Amino acid sequence: MSTDLQNARQISSAVRAGERSAVEVLDEHLARIDEREAELHAFNLVTADGARAAAAAIDVAVAAGETLGPLAGVPVAIKDNLCTRGVPTTCSSRILEGWVPPYDATVVTRLAEAGAVMVGKTNMDEFAMGSSTENSAFGPTRNPHDPSRVPGGSSGGSAAAVAAGFAPISLGSDTGGSIRQPAALCGVVGVKPTYGAVSRLGLVAFGSSLDQVGPFAANVADAALVCEVIGGHDGGDSTSIPLPFPSVSEHLDDGVEGMRVGLVTEMMGDGIAPDVAARIHAAAEALAKAGAIVEEVSVPAVTFGLSAYYLVAPAEASSNLSRYDGVRYGLRIDAPTTGEMMELTRTAGFGDEVKRRIMLGTYALSAGYYDAFYGTALKVRTLIREDFDRAYERYDVLLSPTSPTTAFAFGDKTTDPMSMYLNDICTIATNLAGHPAMSVPYGTGEDGLPIGAQILAPTLGEIPMFKVAAALELAAVAAASLA
Amino acid sequence: MSIDLDVWEIVIGLEVHTELATRTKLFSGAPNEFGGDPNTNIDPLTLGLPGSLPVLNEQAVELAIRVGLALNCTVERSVFSRKNYFYPDQPKDYQISQFDLPINGEGWLELPDGKVIGIERAHLEEDTGKSTHIGGGGRIHDATYSLVDYNRAGVPLLEIVGRPDLRSGDEARAYVSELRSILVAVGASDGKMEEGSLRIDCNVSVRHRDEAELGTRCEIKNINSLRSLGRAIEYEASRQVDLITSGERVQQQTRHWNEDEGRTLKLRSKEDADDYRYFPDPDLVELDPSQEWIDRVRAALPMLPAARRHRLAERSGSELAQTALIVDRGLDELCLATIGLGADPMRTITHAEHNLSDPRALDMDPAMFAKLVRMDVDGALSSTQTKTVLAELVENGGDPAEIADRHNFEAMDTGELDSLVDQLIADSPIEWQRFCDGDPKITGFFVGKVMKATQGKADGKVVTALLNDRKG
Repeated sequence: MSTDLQNARQISSAVRAGERSAVEVLDEHLARIDEREAELHAFNLVTADGARAAAAAIDVAVAAGETLGPLAGVPVAIKDNLCTRGVPTTCSSRILEGWVPPYDATVVTRLAEAGAVMVGKTNMDEFAMGSSTENSAFGPTRNPHDPSRVPGGSSGGSAAAVAAGFAPISLGSDTGGSIRQPAALCGVVGVKPTYGAVSRLGLVAFGSSLDQVGPFAANVADAALVCEVIGGHDGGDSTSIPLPFPSVSEHLDDGVEGMRVGLVTEMMGDGIAPDVAARIHAAAEALAKAGAIVEEVSVPAVTFGLSAYYLVAPAEASSNLSRYDGVRYGLRIDAPTTGEMMELTRTAGFGDEVKRRIMLGTYALSAGYYDAFYGTALKVRTLIREDFDRAYERYDVLLSPTSPTTAFAFGDKTTDPMSMYLNDICTIATNLAGHPAMSVPYGTGEDGLPIGAQILAPTLGEIPMFKVAAALELAAVAAASLA
Repeated sequence: MSIDLDVWEIVIGLEVHTELATRTKLFSGAPNEFGGDPNTNIDPLTLGLPGSLPVLNEQAVELAIRVGLALNCTVERSVFSRKNYFYPDQPKDYQISQFDLPINGEGWLELPDGKVIGIERAHLEEDTGKSTHIGGGGRIHDATYSLVDYNRAGVPLLEIVGRPDLRSGDEARAYVSELRSILVAVGASDGKMEEGSLRIDCNVSVRHRDEAELGTRCEIKNINSLRSLGRAIEYEASRQVDLITSGERVQQQTRHWNEDEGRTLKLRSKEDADDYRYFPDPDLVELDPSQEWIDRVRAALPMLPAARRHRLAERSGSELAQTALIVDRGLDELCLATIGLGADPMRTITHAEHNLSDPRALDMDPAMFAKLVRMDVDGALSSTQTKTVLAELVENGGDPAEIADRHNFEAMDTGELDSLVDQLIADSPIEWQRFCDGDPKITGFFVGKVMKATQGKADGKVVTALLNDRKG
């Protein structure tokens, strides 16, 4: 794949300078989609007509001498749980069949205002519940690096779209690792910003206290730019932080000299594949070589992350997904009474994993169980935050693998939900703490498939996080050219 | 059906839901308006569309604080929770409501007779839409189809939970009236029960007078007027006493008041209650009003009905109970001004209580009212004449002396009346015998005749006194 197709900033400056037309850029991407989409299934819907109209409008504006945004003419793929006005938004679920949102998510509006051109809605695990995109009601997405492997999930379609060159950038959502893990498995950059740093308005809720929108990109600088475009306060989201997004772009060349990096012990041991661990150790060494102080650090409470997450997220989901009752929109299976109609609709409309989590969450919130389950999970959440806080007293950022393994084969983990859940052990604690984290490609495993290094940072610690990400990206390129 | 109140005590606690008079809904910009075509006051959040998020309406919070302060509640740090249950008129299939941490804690309200009723809490929550079930019995279970109007969904409600301190239907009605006056006074609600601005759930239990523990209660829903409230309490208390006296036990139930049949019917028992799976709404942040905000709201509160009653009673020397109706009609300022101009306080209060139901009385000039009271007290006008002049004063304004002149009103002299009464007695021997036998209804006959003969100039009370004199 040619580099300029994969670089949003280059595309945008060429379009704004009138050197390339937005329509031409779009057509090149649509051609790639034509070539491989049937095989990969990254999209639930390709919005070629809307994209052409948007791109043509950009070209008209350029010709008229208007000042355009930093993503002018850049194709973008949008995860199908972000509302898009007039364009079906399915969450890869049958239950939302036929529903067309009357509004755009705030992040979609901000991308459009910056000149980005939406090329389609990407496939995902149903309602973002999963780590492989195998839980999509419309069939799985395939990993562009090896179509016999999963792309990760739940934002598998968005990760694959960038990896396959369908769009230089895309948006996903991350509730327990749903941006970072597919980014790692597809060999692209994926960012989960600080909770509240990017608006959730128009993001179809899964676990509201954990969900966060973020970008995929082929490089760190593009990811930084997209964060700045979509981030910042939104009065329409009560949990939005009333500050602009940290200005990460201007710090990408700062280097890591003197920065303190902690390699998380609990994320480097049991369950982490040796080839993955080896690459992360190599990443740590590369950072040390670049002048950072790298040490191992223990964050004990992260080991409880998985248990706490599988109470908090399903509890919130059980409530968030109640509204899909067949009354107002989406699927309806008619029945003699309202109660039966709701039951039949939900039985037919939700897949197994969604049902599993609704049941789990309903149970966790039930009278007599609340304190033992949900209540305890909230306490664990506080413990995790406190443990991280202690680590961040001594370290600017933390380092770990993003995923314990490289991309696995279809069906490998679908029979045992626990094995699938364990895939998220490195990513989940971040969401519980509300912290930012991102995944940067760092070499490949024994199977030749991408490995991602995860950089974790404290609340609004995006600047140090991106500095380290930029350094790792540089080191990865250097290492690749040596190999 | 009537209960022996020497043996039984009725215990009542009310939960009053009031719609707050905000411009927009509790968590969205959709208009908060009554009426309108179905599903016109809606937006994505009102319909619970995917991706929509709630943003708290500051005006609703301010009104809630106003009510809280007016009810002497503590204003607290509060949290919105989700109350989860499936129902078509509940667009998200959960209701956002304050559960364990309400905005207003413990407070109290004073009834016109001076009795103090405890308030447990007053919390914010969103209203539901309205379902209409077509076919079957008009109930959701057997309807052919149902229509849902979401105009009301998301309208801010304040649920005011009273302590079980009420002891009769009359007291319960007085409580709701007082609460309504307060809500209207602070601008929190229009107080229209018929439009659902005020909705009452009523908890009733009964116990033997010598019993210390409260009896098992039933909650009565669908009470839509003060009249229904009194009737429902009476019916329900009788039903419970009947159960107990016939050796059965009262079961904790939610019951539905049927206005037409005049009785309560079982909706569900405690065992069938939903598990609402309350948990803090992660889409909203904790609400913690600053002391400065609370102080500002407190400073802007108008004088409340109870304080106005006390003020009027104090300055007029009347009983507290006498002031209730006057304050309710908003005539206390007029009375205070009139008394301030030197009018006889008790006579002023008597007129305001009995002869000023016309809303135009609010615009009366206190100087003219004072002048009339003086003419009345001085005996320049009979009580009937005073009433006539007062009515005209309310209707057209003017000077009471001129109005009296125009009517040729002047107090009758007693000598003239004496001979008239004697004549009348002589002309009506049968009626006079009935009067002497103590038939109270016949007094009117004589007074009427005298009034007719004097063209209303005679004072009815004086005539009665003369008749009584002659009876001996």
